[in-house]
Amino acid sequence: MKLLAIDSSGLVASVAILENENLLAEYTVNFKKTHSETLLPMIDEIAKMTEQDLKTLDAVAIAAGPGSFTGLRIGSATAKGLALALKVPIVEVPTLAGLAMNLFKAKGLICPVMDARRQQVYSGIYRFEGDKLVTVRNQEPVAAADLIAELNEMEGGLASEGVIFLGDGSKVVKPFAEKDLKVPYTFAPANTNRQRAASVGALAEVYFAEGRYVTAAEHAPIYLRKSQAEQERERKGLV
Amino acid sequence: MNGHTDILAIETSCDETAAAVVRDGHEVLSNIIFSQIDMHTIYGGVVPELASRAHIEKINPVIEEALRTAGMTLQDVDAVAVTYGPGLVGALLVGVAEAKAVAFAAGKPLIGVNHIEGHISANYIEHPELKPPYLGLVVSGGHTHLVIAEDWNKFRILGRTVDDAAGEAFDKVARAVGLGYPGGPKMDKAAKGGDPNAIHFTKAKVNGSEYDFSFSGLKSACLNYINTERMAGREINIPDFAASFENSVVGVLVEHTIRAAKEHGMKDIALAGGVAANSELRRQLAEACEANGFHFYVPSPIFCTDNAAMIGAAAYHEFKCGTRSGWNLNAVPDLKLGERAS
Repeated sequence: MKLLAIDSSGLVASVAILENENLLAEYTVNFKKTHSETLLPMIDEIAKMTEQDLKTLDAVAIAAGPGSFTGLRIGSATAKGLALALKVPIVEVPTLAGLAMNLFKAKGLICPVMDARRQQVYSGIYRFEGDKLVTVRNQEPVAAADLIAELNEMEGGLASEGVIFLGDGSKVVKPFAEKDLKVPYTFAPANTNRQRAASVGALAEVYFAEGRYVTAAEHAPIYLRKSQAEQERERKGLV
Repeated sequence: MNGHTDILAIETSCDETAAAVVRDGHEVLSNIIFSQIDMHTIYGGVVPELASRAHIEKINPVIEEALRTAGMTLQDVDAVAVTYGPGLVGALLVGVAEAKAVAFAAGKPLIGVNHIEGHISANYIEHPELKPPYLGLVVSGGHTHLVIAEDWNKFRILGRTVDDAAGEAFDKVARAVGLGYPGGPKMDKAAKGGDPNAIHFTKAKVNGSEYDFSFSGLKSACLNYINTERMAGREINIPDFAASFENSVVGVLVEHTIRAAKEHGMKDIALAGGVAANSELRRQLAEACEANGFHFYVPSPIFCTDNAAMIGAAAYHEFKCGTRSGWNLNAVPDLKLGERAS
């Protein structure tokens, strides 16, 4: 079982090749440059470096969303193009589950957050039961203040062992946590606090084994938000 | 692969998701277009985010259909071509990322194509005898260019719009008079049977290049006319209004084109772009060419509106000239005619 994993959901561009629970290569760049220019050259680089015959890939894994709409589409179109040409399926990994996978078997709750602007974050709440990543609350856009209140409600229960935040929404959540969060919390360090295609790939291996994949044509990003134009129509009661 | 050069072309610059397989730059083996127009109509124009989302959903089926219709697999094509500008950046990015990945995984060369040059190249499909140098008039919702095709991949701009594109003026005026979106085809239809001289809209003068166009003045004149008539409680004669507006736009396009052809010693004139589907523009330019002894070329309407076959036609000549794009090819939303990605 061999797969290529891609995450271009945020500022980070990350690609990885995994084979039978081994990470062969990972290339991650967290720098202001358009994914359109970097993503495919990065894939080309790790494929060459590990002497890949692309035809031996069994699937392409993608951080399917949420994230920057444009970033998601660049990753999705890249995955769809590769999968179309190689005739392999696509494994869709929720971006926040992929982030949570960075903290394998961490104690307590894992709360990946992505900056969704206007004091909002895309967040999900996860924890590990043994080796298995369990979703406590599905990924969705929430106000940072509401996320803190939600975690406070778990005080003494699921959150008794504390919460680890990670992701580029950490800076949005931090002032709210400092002010109101009652449960112990921490922020993940640099080696695990951003998207990593290796984590997307590792989770994709689990999904793939469970038969959770789609065709290249079927795959589309999980935006979690409607377009501005649709939102405005709804506000005006036109829908 | 078979003595021919077969190119898979992809186009997603605006609101059509399109793919085609074109042989030797003119023989269209398939031409698949998924139009999103119904989706955008309720918004009165193209919504970029919705266009980008629809491209992602349709692009694989459209490419697969193009290959199937051509009776080919990816392995059979010689290159993959894609529009990388100008256009809506989010929409372009879908096609560019997809095309790069397809070409990379299939081990095929990639050719980035300029959308406007694609429009001009649409003429090669039905007129393989057309060869540079010739004069091109590209008129669409986003572009109005008068250009000399000096060589297969070398273009010189003589004039362009300094404000609205001609098609944009059609859309805006059509909306104001209540014909709705898209304005071009609706105005064209409404103008049938109207008197083109019923209303006199003054032609705007443009400072700068003698071949430049300006349509915002005409647009304002039309909006003023609509306002004045409505204030006075007079009903607007839509056919007369549409025919008069159309006549003004077409008049200035034809006049500049013929003058440019004479002054630059061009024998062939090629019309292109979405507005080239306008029946009045086709008729008047054809007549003016005939009267002045020029050869007139124009694609069938299906190749005038956005499509991927025209990208395949342009890509063929780029391919022959040695153009190969890198895996870092990016969308360039304001790509100029004749410009090449570095």
